[in-house]
Amino acid sequence: MSTDTTIKGSLGVPMKRKEDPRFIQGKGNYVDDLSFPGMLYMALVRSPYPHAEIAGIDISEAMKVPGVVAVITGKDLEAAGLGWLPTFHGLDKQMVLAIGKVLFQYQEVAAVFAESRGAAADGAEAVQVDYNPLPVVADPFTSKKDEVLLRPDREAKTNHIYHWEVGDRDRTDQALQASEKRIRQRMWFPRCHPAPLEPCGCVAQFDKMGRLHFHVTSQAPHVYRTAVSLVTGIPEDKIHVISPDIGGGFGNKVPVYPGYVCAIVGALKIGRPVKWIESRTENLTSTGFARDYHMDVEIGAKADGTVTALKVSTTADHGAFDAAADPSKYPAGMFGIVTGSYTFPTAHAEVDAFFTNKAPGGIAYRCSFRVTEASFAIERGMDILADELGMDPVELRRKNFVKKEQFPFPSVLGFTYDSGDYHKTLEVALEKIGYQALLKEQAEKRAKGELMGIGISTFTEVVGAGPSKHFDILGIKMFDSAEIRIHPTGSGIVRTGAKSQGQGHETTWAQIVAEELGLDPQNILVEEGDTDTAPYGLGTYASRSTPTAGAALAMAARRVRERARKIAAHLLEVGEGDVEWKDYKFQVKGVPAKSVTMKEVAFAAYTNMGQNEPGLEATQYYDPPNMTFPHGAYIAVVDVDRDTGEVKVRRFLAVDDCGTIINPMIVEGQVHGGLTEGFAIAFMQEIQYDKDGNNLNTNFTDYLVPTSLETPHWETAHTVTPSPHHPIGAKGVGESPNVGSPAAFVNAVVDALSPLGVRHIEMPVTRDKVWRAIRDAEAKKGQS
Amino acid sequence: MIPAAFDYRRAGSADDAFAQLQKLGGDARVLAGGQSLIPAMRFRLARPSVLVDINGVAELDYITMNGALTLGAIARDSAVERASWIGERGWSLIHDVSRVVADPVVRQMGTVVGSLCHNDPSGDWPAVALAARAEMVVRGKDGQRTVPIDQFLVDSFTTAVQEGEMALAVRFPAPDDRTAGSYQKVERKVGDYATAAAAVQVSLNADGTVRGAGIALSSAGPCAVRVTDAEALLKGQTPTADLIRAAGEAAAKQSDPQADLRGSVEYKKNLAGVLVSRGLRQALARLGVQS
Ligand SMILES: Cc1cc2nc3c(=O)[nH]c(=O)nc-3n(C[C@H](O)[C@H](O)[C@H](O)COP(=O)(O)OP(=O)(O)OC[C@H]3O[C@@H](n4cnc5c(N)ncnc54)[C@H](O)[C@@H]3O)c2cc1C
Repeated sequence: MSTDTTIKGSLGVPMKRKEDPRFIQGKGNYVDDLSFPGMLYMALVRSPYPHAEIAGIDISEAMKVPGVVAVITGKDLEAAGLGWLPTFHGLDKQMVLAIGKVLFQYQEVAAVFAESRGAAADGAEAVQVDYNPLPVVADPFTSKKDEVLLRPDREAKTNHIYHWEVGDRDRTDQALQASEKRIRQRMWFPRCHPAPLEPCGCVAQFDKMGRLHFHVTSQAPHVYRTAVSLVTGIPEDKIHVISPDIGGGFGNKVPVYPGYVCAIVGALKIGRPVKWIESRTENLTSTGFARDYHMDVEIGAKADGTVTALKVSTTADHGAFDAAADPSKYPAGMFGIVTGSYTFPTAHAEVDAFFTNKAPGGIAYRCSFRVTEASFAIERGMDILADELGMDPVELRRKNFVKKEQFPFPSVLGFTYDSGDYHKTLEVALEKIGYQALLKEQAEKRAKGELMGIGISTFTEVVGAGPSKHFDILGIKMFDSAEIRIHPTGSGIVRTGAKSQGQGHETTWAQIVAEELGLDPQNILVEEGDTDTAPYGLGTYASRSTPTAGAALAMAARRVRERARKIAAHLLEVGEGDVEWKDYKFQVKGVPAKSVTMKEVAFAAYTNMGQNEPGLEATQYYDPPNMTFPHGAYIAVVDVDRDTGEVKVRRFLAVDDCGTIINPMIVEGQVHGGLTEGFAIAFMQEIQYDKDGNNLNTNFTDYLVPTSLETPHWETAHTVTPSPHHPIGAKGVGESPNVGSPAAFVNAVVDALSPLGVRHIEMPVTRDKVWRAIRDAEAKKGQS
Repeated sequence: MIPAAFDYRRAGSADDAFAQLQKLGGDARVLAGGQSLIPAMRFRLARPSVLVDINGVAELDYITMNGALTLGAIARDSAVERASWIGERGWSLIHDVSRVVADPVVRQMGTVVGSLCHNDPSGDWPAVALAARAEMVVRGKDGQRTVPIDQFLVDSFTTAVQEGEMALAVRFPAPDDRTAGSYQKVERKVGDYATAAAAVQVSLNADGTVRGAGIALSSAGPCAVRVTDAEALLKGQTPTADLIRAAGEAAAKQSDPQADLRGSVEYKKNLAGVLVSRGLRQALARLGVQS
């Protein structure tokens, strides 16, 4: 029957991204591109003080500014029962507009609604707020003392938010005591910020029937719908959330921000659409930051390098509210991945989190919750241990890796690693970078007094939250979903509960469906982000899309195929049991010449379905049985200039294992982007506050985003160890490079400086820090 | 990021621009490339009530090489970067700086004269103009006058341009064939202002001794710093490694930076010295002298 015998597979094909023509031509559709008749603009009044009582707010001058329509304050919201927002993991709540006092610099104090952006800005400037400054707590160690109580609104009269721990403390302490070698290092993963190029924003609009249409830069539109319903009491069917094109999220667009609530309230109260778009400064100073973990890392080992125990005690700075977007049961996220790629017989990890007068957050910036912090701790720690042992860090890693045959591997802190081959990935990396030649070159350079460093990081990630048994946000289990409709002519539309922000879902999803159904990926339209049409899902972050929505999609496609099989049997005039799916077609078992393509079946599904149900579509909700565990081996080579402290990253190789690769070009793009962010975090990015709580990085002049000119050249390669439980064996890759690379960069710099006796250097590794480390080390040497 | 309300006038000629400035007085500001002024307005750090835009004034858009190099008030950084003479040894200081001011996008709009009028203590052109001993052409009530750069750069963000006046051009004296320079800048990333930067220009006598040296620092004080001690040290001497080190030390000593996110005072002082030494070595190497 079929003449088309050359249907090609779509999996593993470096297909060009279907979304790119739109973006490259400037035809994307972002929130700020939207305009509605009668639309107002909102601007927020923000606090110049990190901690102050609000003695009064006078809006009279603002109301006189031409074009200003309304001003709302915390008191107004409180009166309407909208003063506070629940945070996603439910451990805290957050002020929408300041009530009684402000708790961080740039906190939202009042919202001004006006006919134009300029009038809104002028109005915000004219709002007079009378502040009485209060003592500032600018770091978690001061906070710990509880001398200044930051959150009297809470039941527990302490700045301590939570204590979380995992593992066997006593056994670990004993093992550390008994260790032949032992290292201990305080390391701080600084507060940084995802800084998506498109800041956050929304347009809130009620239609004539009172239904809310909320366009917003959200990585999790369905969660927003539920959250808005819970906060405002608007029934969920009266809320329509639309996440249009998003200019980068990186975790920053997961939380619900005060500005969104204000825009909705304004639109409701005034009866006109309201647009709110953050400025760069607002994005950097008030929306979800990441990291800010002070980690005390201890590792014990035998003299031969076999590790015996790991202990990590962390003091976390969460800012003014605990707005970290972690799953409910995991206040410290997946920090338990801190044993990394190694077989520790015992381990213990604990996190104590504190309030400070800083912006709230602690979001998962291009990483599964707190995995970057954990990976940094173990990968830096292993290098320090290698130094203590006088052992090659490569050798130390090889010796302690989980072995291929140990998978599925139950980690001592409670995860079951699905699959991996750490030795192989490392060997590929060493071979590709030419490790032996680099060691030789380094020895020669050292003899001449030149500073060259090689840094390794062999990390394991945990992504794809997650199994409903463990994971929920606001009580909603972290499953995901997909829906497929195949049209009569063999094209189709796909919707998932995920939401692309640059990850390339429009292409990757089309490829998965095309592979499963033998169709052309160019004719599979992918639509995400509209809660009226997409099935419910928890959105895109924490590398979860492919492990969850991607899995749902493959399974939905298989459901479509099963329905199609019935129609194929009808067309081939055989029993269903005699039809097999082979070479992307249905054929009569053993008779390859008798076959029908999916395209033919699709047409028949609407024109000649026989006794079968018409149409060809399926929906699948997927509750993953386990997380997936991507891993990688990264190697950085650096040269350090003694006189200026400049570090040149001469080479960087990333060998990733993310299981089955759907589109190698997209994977490479994701790795490039993540490495660039990791490079920025390692060398230049920090949200810094002075001791009085003033934010020092309020725009891109001082919060640095690298350009193509300073970004190193990236070399990439892959090993493929499929996930055994994922329908197509894929694991998720978007975040590996951000998770794995900071330790490789820092390890390389410390390695370069190690002949001088330097053992650790804190991120960001600025020129000034490197220069001082060299100077101090040389002074110390001079003395001894 | 929305500026406060302001008025806008587009000048048709230099005379027109000057007349408008005279009429409007202290609240008016010249708009050149806008790469410093517009960001300051968007942050509402600057709130001029009216801008006089000189971007449409064709007679101010020129680069002439007539012995001296003269850049008109709206000659862009990018035009300097692409000029044909830029590869000539004598102009090596200007060659170097034209590639490291801001980033390629900003250089497309930013002007050299605007940068000098802005007189940012971390700007690149003020230090270069000092090292090259440039002079400014200023239009005032009494007509045009020429102001040596040392007198033009008064203090942070302050120049000899008075209320109602404007700068018309900057003039760099012609280097002879035994002159070369170098611009050394350490920045955190492309498009960042200097953590420290050194502008160096050296002229040699036939016997290889230094006839004259111009050495200046950016980001080393409230205003670009001329390193007079280093210039004096070099004059008349044969450049040696020791002499170059001493010049660097003099620069480190005279540098008076502020600590900020770019670095500590001691780091920046160290850099000033390192960069002056490197600049001298490179300028001399360009003249065929290894030191
Ligand atoms: C991202 C970014 C990075 C930058 N990095 C650097 C850097 O690394 N190094 C550096 O040196 N600069 C840097 N700059 C500044 C840039 O080089 C500016 O272009 C320059 O400082 C000012 O030139 P302009 O033509 O844009 O002047 P404008 O911004 O138009 O004007 C600046 C000031 O000078 C006044 N002015 C301008 N022309 C005249 C005139 N003819 N007469 C009287 N007054 C006048 C204006 O009124 C205003 O007060 C950067 C700017 C940006 C946006």
